[in-house]
Amino acid sequence: MKEEGKHKKAKKYGMVINLDECTGCGACMVACMAENNVPFKEDESSKLDSIAWMRVYKLTNGKSYPEADICYLPRPCMHCEGDHGHSPCVSVCPATATDYNHETGIVSQIYTRCFGCRYCMAACPYHARYFNWWDPVWPEGSTKYLSPNVSPRMRGVVEKCSFCFHRYQLAMDKAYLEGRTELEEDEYQTSCTQACPAGAITFGDLNNPEHKVHQLAKPDNKHGGRPGNPNVFRLLERLGTNPKVYYMSSREWVRQAGDNYLDNEDFAKNYRH
Amino acid sequence: MDSALIPEGVKRCSFGKFALGIILVGGVLLWGVYAMLLIWLKGLNQTNMNDFYGFALWIWADLGVIALGGGAFFIGLLRYIIGKDELKNIINYAVLIGFICYSSALLILAIDVGQPLRSWFIFWHANIHSMLTEVAFCLSCYFAVLTIEYIPLILENRQLNKVPFFHNLAHNMHEVMAIFAATGAFLSFFHQGSLGGTPAVLYGRPFAFREGVFIWPWTFFLFTWSAAAYGPCFTLFVTRLTEKITKKKLVKQNVIDLLAKISGWTMGTYIIAKIIDTWYWATVTAPAMGFNLIDFYSNNPFYGVWILVAEIVICGIVPALILLTPKGRSNSTLLFTAVSLACIGVLLNRWVMVLQVMAVPVMTFENWVMYIPSWQEVATTILPVAYGVILVMISFRYLPIFPQERELNS
Repeated sequence: MKEEGKHKKAKKYGMVINLDECTGCGACMVACMAENNVPFKEDESSKLDSIAWMRVYKLTNGKSYPEADICYLPRPCMHCEGDHGHSPCVSVCPATATDYNHETGIVSQIYTRCFGCRYCMAACPYHARYFNWWDPVWPEGSTKYLSPNVSPRMRGVVEKCSFCFHRYQLAMDKAYLEGRTELEEDEYQTSCTQACPAGAITFGDLNNPEHKVHQLAKPDNKHGGRPGNPNVFRLLERLGTNPKVYYMSSREWVRQAGDNYLDNEDFAKNYRH
Repeated sequence: MDSALIPEGVKRCSFGKFALGIILVGGVLLWGVYAMLLIWLKGLNQTNMNDFYGFALWIWADLGVIALGGGAFFIGLLRYIIGKDELKNIINYAVLIGFICYSSALLILAIDVGQPLRSWFIFWHANIHSMLTEVAFCLSCYFAVLTIEYIPLILENRQLNKVPFFHNLAHNMHEVMAIFAATGAFLSFFHQGSLGGTPAVLYGRPFAFREGVFIWPWTFFLFTWSAAAYGPCFTLFVTRLTEKITKKKLVKQNVIDLLAKISGWTMGTYIIAKIIDTWYWATVTAPAMGFNLIDFYSNNPFYGVWILVAEIVICGIVPALILLTPKGRSNSTLLFTAVSLACIGVLLNRWVMVLQVMAVPVMTFENWVMYIPSWQEVATTILPVAYGVILVMISFRYLPIFPQERELNS
């Protein structure tokens, strides 16, 4: 990827999720589904083929009482840039049905162009991409509650978290009408961020030093956006996906759970930021 | 009943026996067609694929048949470009098998995609960075080449060949076949390679990811190499199987021996390259991502180190050694064992590069996910096999596939 393709002055929307504050209540998941018209099955007992743009994982430290500890980890799409400028999923899509927006850093999915080969799903190590195995069926009357700003998806295509991109578009429309080209930090926020009762999710422009996400993550753009904050980490950092979702925890085992390490690697010594 | 259509000087079973065979295999074919229609009408929820297994049995079958069908391009290359003239006695069958394999692959792909009516988007909205785009273009083009290679064979049917136009067309097509053989080899080098690149470019999947040279991961070359090595083995396997079923000698031993020897050398060198690739991946690539080799082969009910041993040693080194020794090639049981093991080996390799890639957990808080295909997936995978058997039966009965048959059975 050429240098001009990379982010410099453009925006780079991202998240910092404070795992010490997340209670695992699932409000982010519910808000996301409602906001984005995410379809659901009559029987949701199998999670292998149910769609959750935002999924909350439960992590444990594997120890017994009194050292037992748990952590809830919300996982939206990571909107990877890739260390070399290629998102894992965008580069593989044969029909250009998923795209990396260099103005916002958001990875989009073009539902009407996707023909359902699922190569992008194979490419995503975070399982953030979901396939519509079924036609969406909305319970009687509930179609009135669908968001008019997000197109529902048809059977046979892939979908995923868009960082509520329609909210960005609406905010930009409003800004243009008011003669502005820039958004205030609170003008564009994702539904999960706003729904979190614990305030564990912070969303904003990682390139903007005035935004809270930047201050929390302290991303080092010269080194693939690696966090400067010692308590902040990204999932599977070593793969080079360069994700825009950062996690924060004061607990070392939680930070260590974010990536894979060899048995002979001393995490505390080598990987403590 | 149909004796006027059967090539001169060869014996075939009675039409009743032939028709019964077609009906039996046709039953299996219809079962597959029923499953295919279910999938097209009701969607991919008819499968046991899920969000962990976006790629599953069908993609394995695709990669598998394309590797096995590699005999067509490699034997074509040896016959027309390198000049191994003896192989003209087996090239027809290699082309037929290749045609079946590639048409099967296209059919499976048409079933596999979520929106089959949009399949043309891969050409219209092509993303030149995607390995699948390259696969789609080359696969389609090569299938066209195989069709061109198969047509003169059809035109050589006893009755069709009596029509002067068809006779001359077949003759002229044979005359320029070297051009198509070269085109086929060129296309095959790329799409076999791109299929190898398909898993290897997934840098988010440490089990699949491979480094390489420029834009090509090492598996790009390994897949082409393995198709060249194992594809002819499948041609030999099916030839031997046809000989057993028809109780006829169809190809002279010197032809079999030459092809087996070339396969042995190609396979032997491939296995050395494969071992180097595996070694480098296990000791450098995967550890850099935080994985030990054993992480990929433990803590699950199926994928153990046995699969690595089976692929590389039992179905790689062993058949290569058999094919490299004159005694191994001349002993029909050993030869058949070697080519059978080779076919299993390449299918195992493709399975690993598709299914195991999906099964291995990447995030530390996830577990291995196993997968068992639904009957609809199995039926639609058997469908092309049944179609292939029927096409072989018809072609063998009515077309002069084996030039040496008359001489060997007189």
